[in-house]
Amino acid sequence: MDNLKKDSLIIANKKFNSRLIVGTGKYKSMSECAKAIKLSGTEIVTVAVRRVNISDKNKPLLMDYIDPKKITYLPNTAGCFNSKEALRTLRLAREIGGWKLVKLEVLGDKKNLFPDMIETLKSTEVLAKEGFKVMVYCNDDPLMAKRLENSGADAIMPLAAPIGSGLGIQNKINIQIIRKQTKLPLIIDAGLGQASDATIAMELGCDGVLVNTAIAKAKKPFEMALAFKNAVIAGRQSYKSGRIDKILMGNPSSPSKGII
Amino acid sequence: MKKIKKIKIKINGKIKSINQDSTLSLVLKNLKIPLNKVAIELNEEIIDKKKINKIKLNKNDKIEIVHFIGGG
Repeated sequence: MDNLKKDSLIIANKKFNSRLIVGTGKYKSMSECAKAIKLSGTEIVTVAVRRVNISDKNKPLLMDYIDPKKITYLPNTAGCFNSKEALRTLRLAREIGGWKLVKLEVLGDKKNLFPDMIETLKSTEVLAKEGFKVMVYCNDDPLMAKRLENSGADAIMPLAAPIGSGLGIQNKINIQIIRKQTKLPLIIDAGLGQASDATIAMELGCDGVLVNTAIAKAKKPFEMALAFKNAVIAGRQSYKSGRIDKILMGNPSSPSKGII
Repeated sequence: MKKIKKIKIKINGKIKSINQDSTLSLVLKNLKIPLNKVAIELNEEIIDKKKINKIKLNKNDKIEIVHFIGGG
């Protein structure tokens, strides 16, 4: 257990104790979102950059519910479909309060929400040059993951399945190959449906998972937030403990010596 | 008394009428914008929040004021 206590997640030289990143979208209310975030034990939340509602000044602000001094805000470019929009969004995000750690997400298709990897790669290069610390949402393609790494990404964030689909990890082999080839933080982003999906991600050797819909849209979001917290811890613990080899036939747990 | 001239600008996509020679700072103040929680663009260029009281607005200027909201 002592070993696990020191097992921090390090992204762009910043240390985090929790390996669960939680999205702040799709909750019924700000207070529900804030409570789920608290129960999940997360230290990083993704946030979107949008226009201020200038006609309704009393609308509650996210920052009033989740304190950016206590929880790291990870500005995200969700909803951007090209490099220009994504860069504009993140430059604005940085201006709000000096955020340099950002999540880049450039989508390519409105229906399946798969990332446009050509635009993503272009944006990563520009952002890295501008001093951003970029966590990059990407396809589960080992070659693209390598190119992102070479372009200055600070974390690789392959999808498990389409955003919001709840399908869980569809391509474990690719995730394992990416794990083998990179020392960068590898975080499963998008597509998880239940807590065990997070455990599987962690057992594959991922450094963390990002979850939004699976918690926000669960029948009981608070309980699910807690379930994901525990699932990530369990998966990490399991991965670090070194699983047994798989064998085809049975191998009895009790010794055969001394059988009466 | 000289009548103050009005000009039209766009803020977050909405047309607003403001006094000519208004500073960006004054417009944001009137809208009660919490400056420490937003970023501002003027005609697609990010504005340094420290300099908003020196920026005079012109006809047809486009201002975008953004903040963080819940998102995945």
